[in-house]
Amino acid sequence: MSAILFFIAGFGAIAGAVGVVMLRDPFYAVLALVGHLLSLAVLFLLLRAEFVAAVQVVVYAGAVMVLYVFVVAYIGGREEPLGELLRGRGPAGAQLRLGAAILSGALLVELLIALLGTGLKAIGGYGAAYAPGPRTFGTPAYIGQLLLTRFLLVFEAASFLLTIAAVGAVVLARRRGGIAEDVDGRKLTPLDLIRPQGTGTMAEGVGARK
Amino acid sequence: MTIGWYLAVSAIVFCLGAAGVMVRRNPLVVLLCLELMLNGANLALVAFSRMWGNGDGQILALVVMTVAACEVCIGLGMIVAIHRRRLPIDVDELRELQG
Amino acid sequence: MATTTWGWLVLLFPLLGTLIIAFGYRRLPGNWAGIIGTAAIGLAFVAALGALISLQGHASDHRELTSSLWNYANTVGVNAEVSILVDPLSVFMILIVSGISSMIHLYSISYLEEDRGFARYFAYLNFFVFSMLLLVLAGNFLLLIVGWAFVGAASYLLISFWYRRTTATRAGIKAFVVNVVGDAGLVLGTYFIFKHTHTLDFQGTFAAAPHVFHTVEADIVAGCLLLLVGAIAKSAQIPLHTWLPDAMEGPTPVSALIHAATMVTAGVYLIARMHVLFELAPAAQDTGAVIGASTLLIAATIALTQTDIKRVIAYSTMSQIGYMIMGESVGAYAAGMFHLMTHAFFKALLFMGAGSIIGAMGGEQSLQKMGGFRKALPFTFACFIIGGLALSGIPPFSGFFSKDEILLVTAERGGWHWILYVMGYIGAFLTAIYTFRMIFRAFYGDPVAEAQELEAGHLHHAEVPRNPANGEVEDTDVGFPGPHHTVAERALPMRVAMSVLAVGAIGAGLVQIPEVDSVITNFLHPTFAGSPLYEPHTRDGLLIFGLCLGTALGLTGIAIAYRIWVKQPSIAVRARERFAPLYELSHNKWYFDELIDYIVVRPAAAAGKFAQGTFERVFVQDTLIGGSTGIVRAGSAAVRAVQSGFVRYYAALLVLGVTGVAFYFLLQT
Repeated sequence: MSAILFFIAGFGAIAGAVGVVMLRDPFYAVLALVGHLLSLAVLFLLLRAEFVAAVQVVVYAGAVMVLYVFVVAYIGGREEPLGELLRGRGPAGAQLRLGAAILSGALLVELLIALLGTGLKAIGGYGAAYAPGPRTFGTPAYIGQLLLTRFLLVFEAASFLLTIAAVGAVVLARRRGGIAEDVDGRKLTPLDLIRPQGTGTMAEGVGARK
Repeated sequence: MTIGWYLAVSAIVFCLGAAGVMVRRNPLVVLLCLELMLNGANLALVAFSRMWGNGDGQILALVVMTVAACEVCIGLGMIVAIHRRRLPIDVDELRELQG
Repeated sequence: MATTTWGWLVLLFPLLGTLIIAFGYRRLPGNWAGIIGTAAIGLAFVAALGALISLQGHASDHRELTSSLWNYANTVGVNAEVSILVDPLSVFMILIVSGISSMIHLYSISYLEEDRGFARYFAYLNFFVFSMLLLVLAGNFLLLIVGWAFVGAASYLLISFWYRRTTATRAGIKAFVVNVVGDAGLVLGTYFIFKHTHTLDFQGTFAAAPHVFHTVEADIVAGCLLLLVGAIAKSAQIPLHTWLPDAMEGPTPVSALIHAATMVTAGVYLIARMHVLFELAPAAQDTGAVIGASTLLIAATIALTQTDIKRVIAYSTMSQIGYMIMGESVGAYAAGMFHLMTHAFFKALLFMGAGSIIGAMGGEQSLQKMGGFRKALPFTFACFIIGGLALSGIPPFSGFFSKDEILLVTAERGGWHWILYVMGYIGAFLTAIYTFRMIFRAFYGDPVAEAQELEAGHLHHAEVPRNPANGEVEDTDVGFPGPHHTVAERALPMRVAMSVLAVGAIGAGLVQIPEVDSVITNFLHPTFAGSPLYEPHTRDGLLIFGLCLGTALGLTGIAIAYRIWVKQPSIAVRARERFAPLYELSHNKWYFDELIDYIVVRPAAAAGKFAQGTFERVFVQDTLIGGSTGIVRAGSAAVRAVQSGFVRYYAALLVLGVTGVAFYFLLQT
């Protein structure tokens, strides 16, 4: 029974991954990733990681992907022609597609060799037995206890990182007046006062762009 | 299924993500492929945690998810800023750091 | 005071003079540079007298004194000391050098008055005197070479003194380059001798030489021949003589000092000093004698047809030095030195007179434009006559005694030296002719316009200053002669200097009248004591014959010159037409300049062009430099290509790296 579920979820995960890589329209790619994430949550469940599976669905597929959907709707994601995608216009076209295939193929081969090599015995088992209980392996209580005792520093650091990321995102996406439109009188920002003339981007440095 | 199968799926997903990063030109999709790679790593972590029988891998998987969320935040914020400045949303065109 | 201390003082005064004038030239008012310069050399002459008196106080066989001031280095078998050798020969030379130089300094004060480079001139001139004194006082080969090189440098500086004249700068370079050939010969010769004697010190070398070198060993002959090359270059003998006529571009006192009395006699001094070595290499001695004799004849023939008054005197110098070189090479050491002394007097006198008449002509130097200055320039005329008679060897003037003594000793050597004897007398005959040709053309005949102006009391000034050599117009700013020029009759310093030299020209011969007194021979005896060739002559019959022949040839020459250039100038014109090839050969200086141009200059220029065009450009520039920079540029371009700016490339590189690391770990297990 679990084997069948494994194959279904595994197939779904790989299909979703292929979809992300191959689909032209970014919106469809986002949807493919959502499917991939849900399959991955099923795989987590099979591995007795209940809490992680729940978090995967709620946070990853529920929040991060929603964010992606919003941005894709706003940007409007240009549709790349399939032929161009495969052929690859521009300086990094066919060689890079070929190179990408080769490189990732090589990586895959290596990893599979590592898997199927001498370590087969170690990963040949099934892992811990199934033992339901209030604080057993994989339950939220179990994770929570670990987080607040052994991994407290990690926990706090992660929350700190989240704060920084939020502030940074706000600053980045803030509408700065006067930099994009420079026709009518530039408004000086504090950065301009500190920064000497000609520094900044390289284009500014060579005078190609203000 | 033995743990090895899960690891194989993780490897395949990771490599597909790497290939996607190298091939796609829309930065949004590049970020999506980056998410793929992260998820592949997550799967491997949880599988090993099951193998060893302690929760360390799962904690790390949670942290990875946190980091992925932050990174998506910043990345999407940057893409929005780029779009606002009327620059092309194309990784190949955005190469002012060349030379 | 010790004798050698006097020697150091002789060196010190001109050096101080140079330094004071050179560093203070901006602040020395008016003529002070000249006065300081003259005083410095005067003091040097006084010190030389002191050295003489002090030297004579020593016993006869203790008159070779050395003194070392400072040991510069003692390494690789070379002991480089700053040491001087005070012995009769060097005292003789320093007396002549400082004495004549002081008179020439005095003359220069008037001659170069109001020249913008007045102080520079006296600094250079003092430096020259210092170098020459260093050369003759040197006690080892090293200091000799240093003095030799300094003298060449000073000569260059003074020849191109009026540096904005292209002819002057070219002449200076020519002199320097030819002198460098001599310098190379001198250094190489020193090496050949040092190789066996292992000492640079003169006394040590001369003591060791007879034991270390067996006669006709190749190295001593090679060494002496190379030393001879040095002497030939410095003393302007064939074939390294081409610089001397061009050196007349310098101011006339420079010609008087350097190219008549002192620098060109350095070669003569060298052979005299190295007589111990030369006597061990008879081949070198014979070479020197032949070169000296050839030079005296060839130069005399050239002087017959030159039209520039200074060049006539220059070739005359070349000819007389030929006598001295010949004399020193055949063993007439005292006679050669004696002729050096008398020659210094009358040649400097002739040059000074030439300076005076050039001043009267307003800078013009061509004999073809001069004539009839007898009434306008009486003092100059008298000096010319005295100098000319001395040069022609008419008794009782000084040149008579010295020249005949050289030829007598030459004849006494016997064998093939008789040819040199005959050549010497032919040269004496020609000397009389060309000397008096010059005097008669300049002072006899109808007075030219400048002479008439001067008789009326007004010194001629050219309206447009011109380069006398090629007629190029020039201005009178610094680097050119100033607008001022004068004649001896109007300048007291010039007259004083010329008078002193005239007295010397007349009376200097009295110190060595044959059979009566032999002051020079006795004085120089300690230096040449060991030489088998230094005995006084014994053949009285030949002596009387020689004296009479010399006088007769001299008077005949004067008579012929009188007949042609005073009475019947058409004879000269007809002779020129009839003997046209000979005239052309003589007038073009026997084509030596063209010969050297073809043999040396053109191949060297071609080699230089080849080196620059092919080797330098292709090999060094394109291959070596271009190659190394090209490699660096290509490398950096290759590295720069990695920074393409494409994010996808970077991602690919990352994946490549991860693959590599995984591969490594795979291999580990």
